[in-house]
Amino acid sequence: MIDTIFALSSARGRSGVAVIRVSGPQAHQSLCTLVHGKTIEARKAHLCKLYYPQTHAMSGQVIDHALVLSFDGPHSFTGEDCVEYHCHGSPAVVQDMLSLLATLENHRMAEPGEFTRRAFENGKMDLTEAEAVADLIHAETSLQKQQALIQMEGGLSSIYRMWGERLKKGLAYLEASIDFADEELPDGFLTPILVDLSDLNRDIAHHLDDNRRGERLRDGFSVVVIGVPNAGKSSLINILTQRDVAIVSDVSGTTRDVIETHLDIAGYPVILSDTAGLRSNDLGDSDHDKIESEGIVRALDRAKSADIKILLIDGSVPLEKQDDIIQHKDESSLVVINKSDLPQKVDIDALKISTKNQSGIEDLLASIKMKLDDLVGSASGEGVSLTRARHRQNLSDATFSIERALQGQQLDLMAEDIRLAMRALGKITGRVDVEDLLDVIFNDFCIGK
Amino acid sequence: MENSFDVIVIGGGHAGCEAAAASARMGAKTALLTHKIETIGVMSCNPAIGGLGKGHLVREIDALDGIMGRVIDQAGIQYRMLNASKGAAVRGPRAQADRKLYREAMLKTLSDYPNLSLIGEGAEDLILNDDGEISGVMTSEGRALQAHAVVITTGTFLRGIIHRGKDTISAGRVGEKPSIGLAETLERLGLPLGRLKTGTPARLDGRTINWDACTVQPGDNPPVPFSFMTDKITVPQIPCHITHTTEETHKIIRDNIHQAPLYSGQIKGTGPRYCPSIEDKIMRFADKESHQIFLEPEGLDDHTVYPNGISNALPIDVQEKFLRTIPGLENVEVLEWAYAIEYDYVDPRALKNTLEVKALGGLFLAGQINGTTGYEEAAAQGLVAGINAALQASKADVSRETVQTFTLDRSEAYIGVLIDDLITRGAPEPYRMFTSRAEYRLKLRADNADQRLTPIGIELGCVGDERTKSWSDKSDRLSKALSYVQSIDSTPNELEKHGVKINKDGRRRTIYDLLSYHTITWDDLALIWPKMNEISSDIRKQIEIDANYAGYMDRQDADIKAFKRDENLTIPSDLDYSLVGSLSNEVRQKLETASPATLGAASRIPGVTPAAIMALLRHVKMNGTKTHVA
Repeated sequence: MIDTIFALSSARGRSGVAVIRVSGPQAHQSLCTLVHGKTIEARKAHLCKLYYPQTHAMSGQVIDHALVLSFDGPHSFTGEDCVEYHCHGSPAVVQDMLSLLATLENHRMAEPGEFTRRAFENGKMDLTEAEAVADLIHAETSLQKQQALIQMEGGLSSIYRMWGERLKKGLAYLEASIDFADEELPDGFLTPILVDLSDLNRDIAHHLDDNRRGERLRDGFSVVVIGVPNAGKSSLINILTQRDVAIVSDVSGTTRDVIETHLDIAGYPVILSDTAGLRSNDLGDSDHDKIESEGIVRALDRAKSADIKILLIDGSVPLEKQDDIIQHKDESSLVVINKSDLPQKVDIDALKISTKNQSGIEDLLASIKMKLDDLVGSASGEGVSLTRARHRQNLSDATFSIERALQGQQLDLMAEDIRLAMRALGKITGRVDVEDLLDVIFNDFCIGK
Repeated sequence: MENSFDVIVIGGGHAGCEAAAASARMGAKTALLTHKIETIGVMSCNPAIGGLGKGHLVREIDALDGIMGRVIDQAGIQYRMLNASKGAAVRGPRAQADRKLYREAMLKTLSDYPNLSLIGEGAEDLILNDDGEISGVMTSEGRALQAHAVVITTGTFLRGIIHRGKDTISAGRVGEKPSIGLAETLERLGLPLGRLKTGTPARLDGRTINWDACTVQPGDNPPVPFSFMTDKITVPQIPCHITHTTEETHKIIRDNIHQAPLYSGQIKGTGPRYCPSIEDKIMRFADKESHQIFLEPEGLDDHTVYPNGISNALPIDVQEKFLRTIPGLENVEVLEWAYAIEYDYVDPRALKNTLEVKALGGLFLAGQINGTTGYEEAAAQGLVAGINAALQASKADVSRETVQTFTLDRSEAYIGVLIDDLITRGAPEPYRMFTSRAEYRLKLRADNADQRLTPIGIELGCVGDERTKSWSDKSDRLSKALSYVQSIDSTPNELEKHGVKINKDGRRRTIYDLLSYHTITWDDLALIWPKMNEISSDIRKQIEIDANYAGYMDRQDADIKAFKRDENLTIPSDLDYSLVGSLSNEVRQKLETASPATLGAASRIPGVTPAAIMALLRHVKMNGTKTHVA
């Protein structure tokens, strides 16, 4: 018998309502025990009293008044019989409920992710949809949430499935021309298939060419602040995050390592990195300087891979002394002049802020958002995008194989390449079977002497 | 007369012949039991051996010193290498057979076979000992023959019903009597049975066909033999002919479709999709105006013609009417009318990968009784069952569970693909081999069957002296030539001086590397390295083919490694699937029906999800090989 699993599905701690979810073959049975046999109609909310069962020391006493929802498998999240108890969110009630459920026959606490795993195992969702559930639960910004929702509703898997179907048809036709060589297959029946495979490859390439938007949305955009020592990098980051993350002090060169903080800028998840100040020219050989130059190397590394570089210029210091910074100016950079409250020695056209009196910060946030809009907007895919490197790798493998098939001279090798492409695609969502291929062949052609 | 044997094979069809020969080659004292000695090696359906996937099977049988390849090489009257232009991996040798020559060659081969007795009696029943184990066979003459292992290869005899229009005849094939006692015994064993259907066309008198109205299809010249042991085909070669159905043909069949047992509901069994009857073709592909018919000669001095492509079960008057609408057949005389046959088969998921019945040790099933079609599929199973029966009989004193077995897996041979498909997926329709069923198709080629299997056969003891000697000579020459072409190398610049153009990356490439380029031929390179001319043409061909696939082999080898890993994870045969966490009822039932021997086999059962495989893996790993108390 499969275990019936349960867990607190809402957040831990005191709250208005706590939701406990139970899933498995005996979920209805435990419900019946707890509500003293009251009839609970599926998919309808019932307000009822929950009682301690007869086997319990407090038998017959009420645990809580709860809203109860029951679902009959397979029409539930996990595909099994499911019950949700919406109890009062006191730690005592939750604790009582959980320890009570654990005493019931074949009931046990769910492992992390086990509800989703059962849903996957019961065919309620494929791998990309299961990943989306995890992403949705972890979504911190509204855009992340939107993306996870689209994916959970099968946005990604329906695209991959469609491509899989096209590959399957292509392979089936290639196989037909191999295994049914003696049959009268229509003249030139492979031509439209080869055209479609070539179109398909373009579609996949298009999807891949999305500026890694989906992965960035999922993992966060990296924004790095670089500037000369004491330009106010850490102060700026403190303002942006509105909490003390980086060590801020007046002694120049205090931030020696890269410090990361996660923020939500207009719905975009952003990973903001503070870095050591750049002043490689005048560093000596002392231990202190060695540590600092190591910090600088890391800062430059980080700047190279960043989605956006904020080049923070100290407005009170002549620009010539900040060459190290300004030389990093490129498409991904945003030049910002700090210390607008002091007499200005820098005269360039750039956004001006003061970390001291917090002016210009709104403009800076708007500029960052515009840059992020650009990044996402330049992506070619519409609506649904790749969210994981795993998908990207498999899709690249698929395009490589399709391309090689299209260049192919020999039918058996072409078929092998399409098979490899299907396998790569299948790794993202599921798998393909020989019988599927034969189905296509037999439905499309009259085979048989 | 001798009454005691190691192995008894029941049935003299293609599975039975191969099983008896294999068992005898293994050194087991073997008897082949069949109603009539004269029907040994009869081709009951179309007179041809090989084809795509099937030709691979024949080569593999031959590589294990089986008899089918050598017999067809004494009877083939038109050879064609199918897919000659599509890559060596998918080339399928096929030959039209002279029925009489085939039968005679088969009978002669088996009559002369050491360790083998041919007995012209039917099998009335199995004999079980007090422990319920196989101990012999009761013949139709009432003789009790003893044996340690029995192979049943009786084809479609189980509740066979012939359909032709409204007429039904209870029978095996036309003119053959069904064996009742054996059928009842099998039924008592409680083996799961299914029902299948197959059909056959009318047989025509070739003297009444207007050949001028047909298209000539010549054979290959020179013909390429099936057997690695055949140097040259000496049987005279003749061409075949092709004709087509017409609109008039289709109209007659459509108008009379209500008389077709398949459409009237009279036939319940599942027919093969790849070999549909003409009724089916016309009803399902209504927009196709014409279907081709191969007019296959049945022999050099036989005027019977097998019209391949128009099997049906229509009443005789309809058959006659539609035949006459086909170009060339306007005045044709019919020797025997077409019919369909429905029969029971044993769900092969009840068998182990040795083809031994799980429920009854010592009993093996092979051939059409397991839901396959085709002589080659039958023979391949016969070979495996015969070898395993002999292995078991040779160790009659040890328990059946510990006896050495002979199996091939999906990465080794089409034979492995065939048996694995049968025991893990069953046969929901009559099973036929296709090259697309083999995942490792690029490796499992007809041309290298001897390289793949003959060494295994020698090690096992099923390969005779003659072939052992011939293989060791070939393998010597092959490895010498290979080490030569893999050791001599050159740079792009040096090659250019000889007119061979290649990407100038400074990399040294061996002759073998260079042969993998489409643009470079053996002869181009032999101009640079004349020593290559010393390599004989059969070895040269082999190396050219191997080089052609070299670029794909790393990937295929890696896949095979992963496959073997899963195959090595065995699942206890007594595993209680209800104890495996989170399996849906549907998946659990599928696993219980097939009770796969390995995790790999489990993953190939249709409908078993990757997630279920993960759960199974976890369970088996956690519980080791401990047996469960239910």
